[in-house]
Amino acid sequence: MNRLPISLALLAAAGLLAMGVSLALGSVPLSAAELWAVFTGDGAPLHRTLVLELRLPRTLAAFATGALLAVAGALMQVLLRNPLADPYVLGISGGAAVGALLSMLAGLATALVSGAAFAGALLSTLLVFGLAHGTGSWSPVRLLLTGVVVAAGWGALISFILAVSPGAELPGMLYWLMGDLSHARNPVMGWGVLVLVLLIAWPLGRHLNVLARGSLQAAALGVSVRPLEWTVYLLAALLTATAVTLAGTVGFVGLIVPHMLRLVLGNDQRIILPAAALAGGILLTLADTLARTVIAPQQLPVGVITAMLGVPVFLYLLHRSR
Amino acid sequence: MDRSLMQLEQLVIHIPDRAPGSPLSFTVEPGQCWGILGPNGAGKTTLLHTLAGLHAPRSGNVHLEGRSMAALSRREIARRLALVFQHHHDGFPATVLETALIGRHPFMRPWQLETAEDLGRARAALKRVDLADLEHREVSTLSGGERQRLAFATALAQDPRLYLLDEPVSHLDLHHQVALLNIVGEKVAAGHAAVLSLHDVNLAARHCDHILLLYPDGNACWGPTADMLLLPVLERLYGQSLVQGEVDGVPVFLPTG
Repeated sequence: MNRLPISLALLAAAGLLAMGVSLALGSVPLSAAELWAVFTGDGAPLHRTLVLELRLPRTLAAFATGALLAVAGALMQVLLRNPLADPYVLGISGGAAVGALLSMLAGLATALVSGAAFAGALLSTLLVFGLAHGTGSWSPVRLLLTGVVVAAGWGALISFILAVSPGAELPGMLYWLMGDLSHARNPVMGWGVLVLVLLIAWPLGRHLNVLARGSLQAAALGVSVRPLEWTVYLLAALLTATAVTLAGTVGFVGLIVPHMLRLVLGNDQRIILPAAALAGGILLTLADTLARTVIAPQQLPVGVITAMLGVPVFLYLLHRSR
Repeated sequence: MDRSLMQLEQLVIHIPDRAPGSPLSFTVEPGQCWGILGPNGAGKTTLLHTLAGLHAPRSGNVHLEGRSMAALSRREIARRLALVFQHHHDGFPATVLETALIGRHPFMRPWQLETAEDLGRARAALKRVDLADLEHREVSTLSGGERQRLAFATALAQDPRLYLLDEPVSHLDLHHQVALLNIVGEKVAAGHAAVLSLHDVNLAARHCDHILLLYPDGNACWGPTADMLLLPVLERLYGQSLVQGEVDGVPVFLPTG
């Protein structure tokens, strides 16, 4: 626990740096001094528009999305006692995307789109966890197979919805499949949900530490396992749904970030949860900056970058877990 | 005032596809050490889990310090009794000290951090089981016996009035078997109580004052150790012919053939 303040301070500083890099890089690169001038109120008008109206909302959305996904991954891993759990791999993101797409097709208002995404994420969570549970405990193989198959099913549904959608909307909708931040405009809800969930989850940190030892052991140590597990289910689904409404189905952030942090910081959830929020934000902010600039003026979906990082990490973890 | 720690009232444990067998009715008083003996699959683990409130009984009741188990919260139960499991699953990395420290969990408020006192109790518990030098080791690198001693240390850090121990010495070397049972003996002498399942009849003869025999068909009998550990009874229990001797006034049983 004594590592908490220093770790978080370092990560927060790195987070600010990552956001600075993201704001400075692009079609018109800015120097650190020019960027500073924008925030102190006396930058060039072009720079002000560029940074405050174009780049800042996207950077904040990228940071929030990464943070949401990393915390969702960390929570699911405790719930399933399995470091391979991730909202994308287990099909939770796909469920949220289908919910959001269906409600958009039906012409519902923005708030209802978020609600539908939450319902989709929740349905997918229950489906995967319920089916993988069977009679015994969650075995990694059973869980992953269930998740992968459910994710494939959602992927097919998304393709179907895109196929029957009006052609003009297709380019803007494709990002539900791959994850893309170029359409993210309003990060307020993402940040709000993130802060809310951390405020609920952080005091549960020690309970989660005990839960990570197994549900029977946790019950023997005085944890009310069922209510705690349900709380974590709901929080993870809410986080995933919010991330998906911001940026589509970005994969593997929830897998990479908690894994890296555990190597350095151990598995105390009171450290891991806030650290995952910061590190996830940093990872996706940098990944999105890379996606915007690597083959500029064309842009890559950020999900391509995270998948290229995440697939090797996933395979390594799976290989090691035998 | 009922001073018994735990009271079993017509308790029938729930084992699927088995006849109910004989109901259990006895009390565990402070200063008593109960040994559970029985062949594999007789229900020793299920009984211990039922006594800890983790497993609903088929019928009957368990009272803990005079209150029905069903009326107590998990936290209230964990402040009064500790259960040491037979198997341990370490899905995530954790150090030995962190693992001993979770024994303090039932006593801490949700937002509270571990105090120096909690750390002191965890370190003292590790010292009791000869693991003090390993406090920074990863749990996954421990041997089976070390892991089992660590689980017992977690229970010591929990410092309950009643210890429920599921085969606490099955992976331990000879010295640590005796050392662990001596710690249990000290706790019992200080007014705590213990219920433990064992496979070694001779350890039970030496360390337990009461014995519960569980038969595979669900029947059971119990009483003071001297009345229970009789050659024909044990031969029927295990389906194994035995010879009896005596060392230091304590009966010793060895299998024959």
